[in-house]
Amino acid sequence: MLQVKNLHASINDKEILKGINLDIKAGEVHAIMGPNGSGKSTLSAVIAGKEEYEVTEGLVILNNEDLADFAPEERAHKGVFLSFQYPVEIPGVTVTNFIKTAINETRKAKGLEDLPAKDMLKLIREKADLLEIDRKFLSRSLNEGFSGGEKKRNEIFQMAMLEPKLAILDETDSGLDIDALKVVANGVNKLKNKDNAVLVITHYQRLLDYIVPDFVHVLHNGKIVKSGGKELALELEKKGYDWLK
Amino acid sequence: MNKFTEDDLKKELETKEYEYGFYTDIEADKFPVGLNEDVVIAISKKKNEPEWMTKWRLEAFKVWKEMKEPEWANVRYKKPKFQDISFYSAPIQKKTLDSLDEVDPELLKTFEKLGISIDEQKRLSNVAVDIVIDSVSVATTFKKTLNERGIIFMPISEAIQEHPELVKKYLGTIVPTTDNFYAALNSAVFSDGSFCYIPKGVTCPMELSTYFRINEGGTGQFERTLVIADQGSFVSYLEGCTAPARDENQLHAAVVELIALDDAEIKYSTVQNWYPGDKEGKGGVYNFVTKRGLCEKNAKISWTQVETGSAVTWKYPSCILKGDNSVGEFYSIAVTNNYQQADTGTKMIHLGNNTKSTIISKGISAGKSQNSYRGLVQISPRSKNARNFSQCDSLLMGDQCGAHTFPYIECKNKTAQIEHEATTSKIGEDQLFYCNQRGINTEKAIALIVNGFSKEVLNKLPMEFAVEAQKLLEISLEGSVG
Ligand SMILES: Nc1ncnc2c1ncn2[C@@H]1O[C@H](COP(=O)(O)OP(=O)(O)O)[C@@H](O)[C@H]1O
Ligand SMILES: [Mg+2]
Repeated sequence: MLQVKNLHASINDKEILKGINLDIKAGEVHAIMGPNGSGKSTLSAVIAGKEEYEVTEGLVILNNEDLADFAPEERAHKGVFLSFQYPVEIPGVTVTNFIKTAINETRKAKGLEDLPAKDMLKLIREKADLLEIDRKFLSRSLNEGFSGGEKKRNEIFQMAMLEPKLAILDETDSGLDIDALKVVANGVNKLKNKDNAVLVITHYQRLLDYIVPDFVHVLHNGKIVKSGGKELALELEKKGYDWLK
Repeated sequence: MNKFTEDDLKKELETKEYEYGFYTDIEADKFPVGLNEDVVIAISKKKNEPEWMTKWRLEAFKVWKEMKEPEWANVRYKKPKFQDISFYSAPIQKKTLDSLDEVDPELLKTFEKLGISIDEQKRLSNVAVDIVIDSVSVATTFKKTLNERGIIFMPISEAIQEHPELVKKYLGTIVPTTDNFYAALNSAVFSDGSFCYIPKGVTCPMELSTYFRINEGGTGQFERTLVIADQGSFVSYLEGCTAPARDENQLHAAVVELIALDDAEIKYSTVQNWYPGDKEGKGGVYNFVTKRGLCEKNAKISWTQVETGSAVTWKYPSCILKGDNSVGEFYSIAVTNNYQQADTGTKMIHLGNNTKSTIISKGISAGKSQNSYRGLVQISPRSKNARNFSQCDSLLMGDQCGAHTFPYIECKNKTAQIEHEATTSKIGEDQLFYCNQRGINTEKAIALIVNGFSKEVLNKLPMEFAVEAQKLLEISLEGSVG
């Protein structure tokens, strides 16, 4: 599904990613852990195509296509989804209107007609129920005045609506209390199948009790310094990151 | 490849085209250029006006000659040369027509291109339309239905003939001929516009709508609109404006007067899309408009405007809250792009007790444009318990445009409650990337963000026009993304 090969990326001539390799297959869950500032969000933004970052070396390949030639929205149309660490506010645009636009723009890119309003509504209800989202929430302005937890839940709601091939969850657990964490994890697990993949970014082991990874990678200073199975996460929880430096 | 940086965004915003910039080739009856007493008399004669009207015009002309163009607005432009303008241009047509079937087919094509819905569709959706091209009304639909309820909706030139008592009683009472330079000019040379009277207790069963279009080159357009809502009546009125793309600047100086008698309500919406000039700032309409309404007891006037056009806009729809418990509202979206300049806002004059006003202004600036909000809230000494809420929000795109807010408050009664809020924001890279990541391209993302920003005002428009207005916002701000 996703291959990252010797990826180097910098911003304002400062190198942040220093040769990253990843191979994520359909049906797998990978976790990336690492201390603050190690480059986790940068990696997710580069995969999603954020243009401030310059890829100086290496490749990002999705389903055998080099993503370098594609704009962020085109990557989204190909099934890349990023749950943002810091979701952005768009005043006056409701949660419903936003996701409706996202769905229909994605359909348009695939040559499909707009989803009929009736079906859209049904889909929205179904996914809102899955994530235990209140109906009233859907008519609020996107992320405006949302609590940390509401923002993250809304990200996963959008993921559920868009059914991506590759979902990158950037610190989705931060800001969630334990009940919300379970709801969100449950949502993600329900969406998982053998044809898609999830990349979970976190620096706590806690989330990985609920979204169980097949592989865990440790990112440090722009490089993956260790990879292993899910037990690596527990080890990190106990020992911290220092022993890996 | 679709990379987007602030620079691209700026470039893109500059490459929009003016959708309505076509010119209809209809024979026109046009006056030679220049303005003097004889021209004023000729306009009046052309319209078969009664003597009192001719005199009224001449007095206005006398006043105008002594006046100077206002210079306090935050706009810069080359002053119109009044002796180079033709003050009257009408499509050649013998009389106002009763049905659209009688209209010149060229003209009908114009309407189609305008996307204005004088077609069957809009008739079904209950909109009576009066269309003013250059200086003359060419068609008023729905006359009969309105007549049955005693509603008068007709070109003002006809109203002068058919209802002189009403016109005489109200014309110039809200915007006196001496009010300002452009109002005086309009009073002297206005050639047509709409007149509307809603009788006591009648709720107008449909939207009333006027479309204004400047067609001929080198002409000025000076419409005059007069709306009277008698006691306890209600009317919702919409005006739309377009003009073809031309190199020279065209002058548009309208006057609109609204009178809401006791317990009456007038909702007046404008979608202004005059030609804004090209991306170098060449051409475009000078839109210098005086709009004012008077509220008697318990009356309400709501101004809603979506201003996307014109090279220079100078416009302050205002409310005089004379009667106790009267209400004034102003909801505005003003978009400027390229070299457009807008200085717009409102005046809320509180005279009665318990009067209430609300001002919501949304300014959107892109390119090298300048967008100013200028508002006055005035509470007179004898107005007890007046309340005002003002909110002025500006949205900037790029860093070469300007947004300015000039709120003036003159409060002479301590019982007043006045609140003012203002915000300025920028469409951020992060917002665009967030939208892009969800599959929404930058063009669509801008439209989404702008619509969200303007929502409180868009919501105030009559349903039929909200969609049109949204489209217009998109057109004004976007070109094609490569
Ligand atoms: N826009 C930027 N300009 C300069 N440095 C940046 C920028 N964004 C991130 N960085 C730097 O890149 C490094 C990695 O940041 P980030 O990817 O956010 O780390 P993480 O998500 O692992 O906490 C940090 O040192 C951060 O300061
Ligand atoms: Mg991060």
